[in-house]
Amino acid sequence: MAGKWLATVQQTSSGRPVFLENEIECSLVSAVDLECDELSDFPSLKSGLLILTTHRLLWLPPDSSTSSPSSAVSLPLSSVSHIHSSKKSLKSIFHSPRVRFQASLNPGPRSVAITIVMRGKGDCDAFLGKFWENWRARAWEKESESEITRSGRGGDSQSKSGSANVSGGFYTREGALRMVGVSGILRKEQEMWESTDKSLQEAFLDLNALMSKAKEMVMLAEKMRQKLLTGSNSQTGTTNDEEMGSKEEMQDWLLSVGIISPVTKESAGALYHQQLSRQLADFVRIPLERAGGMMNLIDVYCHFNRARGTELISPEDLLRACSLWEKFDVQVMLRKFDSGVMVIQNKSHSDEEVFARIKALVTNPDALRTGISPSDAAMTLGIAPGMAKEHLLTAESKGLLCRDISPDGFRFYINLFADINTDDVYLIKDHSMYASWVRVASASS
Amino acid sequence: MQKLGDFKLPHFFNYPPYFTLQPVRDTRDKQVQLWKELILDYCRTQKIFVVGLEEDFPLFSNPVVERSLSHEAREAFLLALVSEGRAEWLDKGHRKCLILWHRIQEWADIILSFVKDNGLEDSVMTVEEIRSGAESRGTELHGIDRTILMRALRLLEQKGKLAIFKGTSTDDEGVKFSL
Repeated sequence: MAGKWLATVQQTSSGRPVFLENEIECSLVSAVDLECDELSDFPSLKSGLLILTTHRLLWLPPDSSTSSPSSAVSLPLSSVSHIHSSKKSLKSIFHSPRVRFQASLNPGPRSVAITIVMRGKGDCDAFLGKFWENWRARAWEKESESEITRSGRGGDSQSKSGSANVSGGFYTREGALRMVGVSGILRKEQEMWESTDKSLQEAFLDLNALMSKAKEMVMLAEKMRQKLLTGSNSQTGTTNDEEMGSKEEMQDWLLSVGIISPVTKESAGALYHQQLSRQLADFVRIPLERAGGMMNLIDVYCHFNRARGTELISPEDLLRACSLWEKFDVQVMLRKFDSGVMVIQNKSHSDEEVFARIKALVTNPDALRTGISPSDAAMTLGIAPGMAKEHLLTAESKGLLCRDISPDGFRFYINLFADINTDDVYLIKDHSMYASWVRVASASS
Repeated sequence: MQKLGDFKLPHFFNYPPYFTLQPVRDTRDKQVQLWKELILDYCRTQKIFVVGLEEDFPLFSNPVVERSLSHEAREAFLLALVSEGRAEWLDKGHRKCLILWHRIQEWADIILSFVKDNGLEDSVMTVEEIRSGAESRGTELHGIDRTILMRALRLLEQKGKLAIFKGTSTDDEGVKFSL
């Protein structure tokens, strides 16, 4: 579909585009056509989602999660040679708002005029403003300038000057690393902290400054990670294991600050929850695997906001983003327990597997006699006590367990009621769970 | 096996969840069933006719596992007996419960066979004599709860098997059998 004129864009399984390094989303507009009258074989791009980033214009087909992922296309801002300002005419009142620009498409010899037609409710003037801003900011050039050092992040106009200053401190003018031995690392660390300290002080000057500095904080963290990466490459000969260990720890820690392009209300407008929902689906996969397939919504909220660093989302936004998953083809789902506790779980997560583990736990001789508490289950299953209690309550509702409430607390036992014969209450069936319980209970008394 | 006096308790009496009212329906149905049987069995063997919810009824707590039934659980189990006609509330506040391990009809039949066995078909007895007299010693009627006895006698009166009359000197009522 992309034809020869436009590059295709990779998409994640939940339908978010894969961004370049340091690329940041700036604006999203839905129901957008891309047209080019001058090229007869220009692909037909109708009513898709247009994403403006610091580096590219991305066009995603409508309902992108279900169609083939290769149909999303991109146009680098670097190929744009001119953006036409919008003309107010009588005609424009009746037309859908449109933005025109000149761009030199890849195999073409000359630049062609491309028109962005907004059929939806998008704010055309705001988009045009941002388009201008990002095109003029030339973030991609900073990228190539600092390609060797991999330090420059470019980004939006607010933080441009800041990043340029900071990167100057770590590297020589030639762009080569001034990293010699442990003292070199220490010195650079020192400089880093000094500039961080300075940024922190400036950050609290006023609220506006805080917002722009907060973005810088994320960039700093990113930069530290890059430095550690390049550092470990060039220093493998001299560093000892302990240093490597702490570096890896540091890298892990910094990676968790890793959402480079947070979807914000500002950039996505009405599409905010949809895009947030997709981003969350991508993000939550790894923490979910680590937590054994199920996570409390509150934990997800903390993880996610920590990864975003800035542009935090509210609990309501998270809930809305999660409830939108039903509409997308994603691997995770929101689940509400009978108690009202909400969790995120993998679609492949099975209660049966958990029940099997609970049953094994509750039928060992000690637990047969004394039952188990939610915290016992939490320790064995390797999950949070609150979550363990939900699992136990679900197992209870399935008839696997039954409860015992006493001054000692709330405990669960294997359900023996089904094994007891109502016609002869003294009868103990051989090899039944009741029989093993009687054996254990009479041995202890 | 644990015993309560000469009553043999089933094993599950030491199963702690037996003393917590189960919220899951299937489990609870089974639990209620087991409690009903146990209460009736115990009352039959121990000749207990009235169970008070706030009194120390031996079945309602188990010192071995340190568990006892909550008020809610006691009421739920007795209510299950009431709804099956095996018990009746003695007051509106549901504090005392009459346990009918024989239904009223069954008690009436027992009275009839007692009368026949003792050749009392046309004689007169006081209610108190039936409960504690020499004739009833050794039968199930001995020591019967007065409320239950009166209910059974009234049932027989309706069928024309006897007449109940008020005594002149005492509070006690008399019964004239006419089989």
